[in-house]
Amino acid sequence: MRKFLACVTVLGAVLSLGVGTVASAPPSPDAALINGAGATFPYPIYSKWFDEYHKLHGDLQINYQSIGSGGGIRQLQSGTVDFGASDMPLNDQMLNDFKFKVLHFPTVLGAVVPTYNIPGVSQELKFTPEALAGIYQGKITKWNDGALTSANPGVNLPGEDIVVVHRSDGSGTTFVWTDYLSKVSQDWANKVGKNTSVNWPVGLGGKGNEGVAGLVKQTPNSIGYVELIYAIQNKLPYGSVRNAAGVFVKAELSSVTAAAGSVAKSMPADFRVSITNAPGKAAYPICSFTYLLVPESIPEASKRDAIKEFLHWMLTDGQKDAEPLAYARLPKEVVDKELRAISEIK
Amino acid sequence: MNYRTLWRKSVNAVMFSLTGLATVLTVSVLFFILGYLVWYGGRAINWDFFTKLPKPVGETGGGMANAIVGSVKLLLLATLTGVPIGFMGGVYLAEFGGKTFSFLLRYTTDLLNGVPSIVMGIFAYTMVVLPMKHFSTLAGGLALGVMMIPIAVRSTEEFLRTVPVTLREGALALGACKWKAITTVVIPAAIRGILTGIILDLARVAGETAPLLFTAFNNRFWSPGWNQPTASLPVMIFTYAIAPYEDWHRQAWAAGLVLLGLVLLTNITARVVLARKLSSAAG
Amino acid sequence: MASTAVAVGGAPRPGRVRAFLLRLRSGDEIAHLITLIFASAIFLVTVLLVFELYRNSALAREKFGWQFFYSRTWDPVFEQFGALPFIFGTVVTSAVGLLMAVPLGVGAAIFLAEMAPARVSDALTFVIELLAAVPSVIYGLLAIFTLVPLLRTTVQPFLKRTLGFLPLFQGPAYGVGLLAAGLILAIMIVPFIVSISREVLLAVPVEQREAALALGATRWESTWKVVVPYARAGILGSIFLAMARALGETMAVTMVIGNDPKISSSLFAPGYSIAAVIANEFTEATGDLYVHALIELGLVLFILTIVLNGLARLLILATHRKGTAHP
Repeated sequence: MRKFLACVTVLGAVLSLGVGTVASAPPSPDAALINGAGATFPYPIYSKWFDEYHKLHGDLQINYQSIGSGGGIRQLQSGTVDFGASDMPLNDQMLNDFKFKVLHFPTVLGAVVPTYNIPGVSQELKFTPEALAGIYQGKITKWNDGALTSANPGVNLPGEDIVVVHRSDGSGTTFVWTDYLSKVSQDWANKVGKNTSVNWPVGLGGKGNEGVAGLVKQTPNSIGYVELIYAIQNKLPYGSVRNAAGVFVKAELSSVTAAAGSVAKSMPADFRVSITNAPGKAAYPICSFTYLLVPESIPEASKRDAIKEFLHWMLTDGQKDAEPLAYARLPKEVVDKELRAISEIK
Repeated sequence: MNYRTLWRKSVNAVMFSLTGLATVLTVSVLFFILGYLVWYGGRAINWDFFTKLPKPVGETGGGMANAIVGSVKLLLLATLTGVPIGFMGGVYLAEFGGKTFSFLLRYTTDLLNGVPSIVMGIFAYTMVVLPMKHFSTLAGGLALGVMMIPIAVRSTEEFLRTVPVTLREGALALGACKWKAITTVVIPAAIRGILTGIILDLARVAGETAPLLFTAFNNRFWSPGWNQPTASLPVMIFTYAIAPYEDWHRQAWAAGLVLLGLVLLTNITARVVLARKLSSAAG
Repeated sequence: MASTAVAVGGAPRPGRVRAFLLRLRSGDEIAHLITLIFASAIFLVTVLLVFELYRNSALAREKFGWQFFYSRTWDPVFEQFGALPFIFGTVVTSAVGLLMAVPLGVGAAIFLAEMAPARVSDALTFVIELLAAVPSVIYGLLAIFTLVPLLRTTVQPFLKRTLGFLPLFQGPAYGVGLLAAGLILAIMIVPFIVSISREVLLAVPVEQREAALALGATRWESTWKVVVPYARAGILGSIFLAMARALGETMAVTMVIGNDPKISSSLFAPGYSIAAVIANEFTEATGDLYVHALIELGLVLFILTIVLNGLARLLILATHRKGTAHP
């Protein structure tokens, strides 16, 4: 019995310790918490931003969970988060499904890259649009297929099966990827289409950009598509892609900025625009703006002001964090337009 | 010894060795798991793990302090909701139950026990998250609380039934009415067993991940109060394990070690106490 | 409630307390009522759970009807949802798991019940039961970093070389996939089979064994031809119970199954289970129909587990009834 009592005491102590920490945990009692969720594509920069911003404003915490763009849209719709994030601008039907009006705020530009893990191949691969569509449709199944070898002379591609990796969750990265494939392949557009998640003809599913990068890293002879920073941070090789002008371009700041340049001046008022397969010799073909989705009306004043202030900071000071994380800054015209749009939040 | 006997004897030997091998294999799985986690988790664990918040994606360092506190909060809430209901339900079954309703109740409890944990997540999402418009500690705690009910019911009922009839009759003979006999004699006699059962129950839900994915959700920071999303150890292990970052893998091992350590320790303690209780009841 | 009752009993003014107690001569009635309320709460929660699942899957049920169960398309773009790939993935992984767990589990249970000395048996059972307490996310964590690479580099190439002519073992060796999920399930459900089978074996009357041995049977013969058949229903029950666990298992499976809703003849291929698709897609499903389809999947899973659990309990009960006494 005594031993048992001792056990109970210890357990009680542990529990009360826990409760004690719970009580003392939040750094300041009235720290506001804003919840957002969505795209994994900009997650590295968002988590950097929200961390920085928390350092500047100790009384505000912005909790961002990267559950995928589809999730961001869905949860904003159900009202369970204060803002959403997506790499896919909402289409008209989606906007109609919302019971309230949603504003798009582009934050940065990113590129989706084909990343691969082929043991023994150290050279950088070149991908034609046809090769990418073929691989993801399951028509090209070996690494030494003609469509790949002809674009990569001098590279000794193995005769191994290609392990195709795609996203298992609703994803803006998937939208950008399938949007691109739909533009370059009529067959793809008819059979698969574009969305945050599609009915994949082949492949393994990974959860989030993190999951896809993880699977590619762990699986030899695999190919996946991730946001550029995930390939860089994980030291995964990624290939160049032939753009609309017929040039093989590798994803980097300059080539992404070049793609954005094509629409900077003609940006529509609601910022909903696709820049995949952009014209111009220097443009990388698979890139996109990524958006914060903010309700037009936020009844709670403190929350509204906090979000507006954050947006302002993100568009000005925050932009300098983009480049170290391999995202491209917004073109100046777009920033100016957005700064004016902030006042639409009421 | 003829050929046939020899054959039968060797079958006997071979088959029993095979069953022995099966036992050794099964038992060794636990030691493999433990060894692996201690090896990887032990190297990964440090003071930061218990005291720091997670770092932004891709940066090295940081810890899971918020997840540890989050798990404690979730379990506290689960206990506060699941245990009273389960306990009282158990008392009803053991002491008052009529025939039909008791049967129905036992069946329902079994049913509830069999509900896949992910389905419990859906339930809490539609019941709590959607109406309150918030992922929250509350939703996660309630999901876990409902999961605790069946075992709380069963262990309460079982241990109340082990209390000797003589004890009850003694109390009643002294003029106590039934509820008094129950609260002052029967429950105290069984309380050790019941508590142990409940602690085992708690250890079981401590590792549950699926019901938390879309109820408690996750949080990079501390979660103030009960109506905000919160981090928890199991969900952190899940997100960190499937991500590509080496440092996250390291922390997933550390979190795995902490979680497994707590669960096994509670289990071992509770089971030892239980075994002693049963043997003393028998003797 | 318990504490208030005690407090009332110990109230300071005896006269009033007595009057109070008299009025409650059957305070029992009140106590009965209070516990009944809590008991009904359990009932209510369960009913509510079923109701919520049913209500929130209405759109999918109306739109797809029975077709939901045999359609193989899961296409969020065109809003076509069929459950077959998930049912397939769930059933196949559980079957693979059982195929490996049953011989292992029943074997170990026989050893523990019939061979091992009581003390050793108790100690080993204790260890095996601890395995059941390991959280599933930890199984998943280990599987990603140990089981999957092992399968990819060693086991799958070996199976391909030796049994590659079977459609079961063809295609590229991903590591993750149906086989990995099945294996991890096997490890997770073995403890249930061992623990329950051992109990039903122990419940077989000693006379049964003694009779067989007296007739000149070897120990194995007495075990295999007398004891095991006697406990057959209970062992089957433990297997059903394990199967119910396997079907509903979420995290570990999600982490290694490959997350691709395809029906393939090869165990190397990636698949998707019901629980895994809910875990992955529930928060991110855009559109109500999509969400309702996922909840209908949850309902299907729920019904499957209820049926299996019910069968399991009946079978285990049957053996215990038949076994006259614990040895």
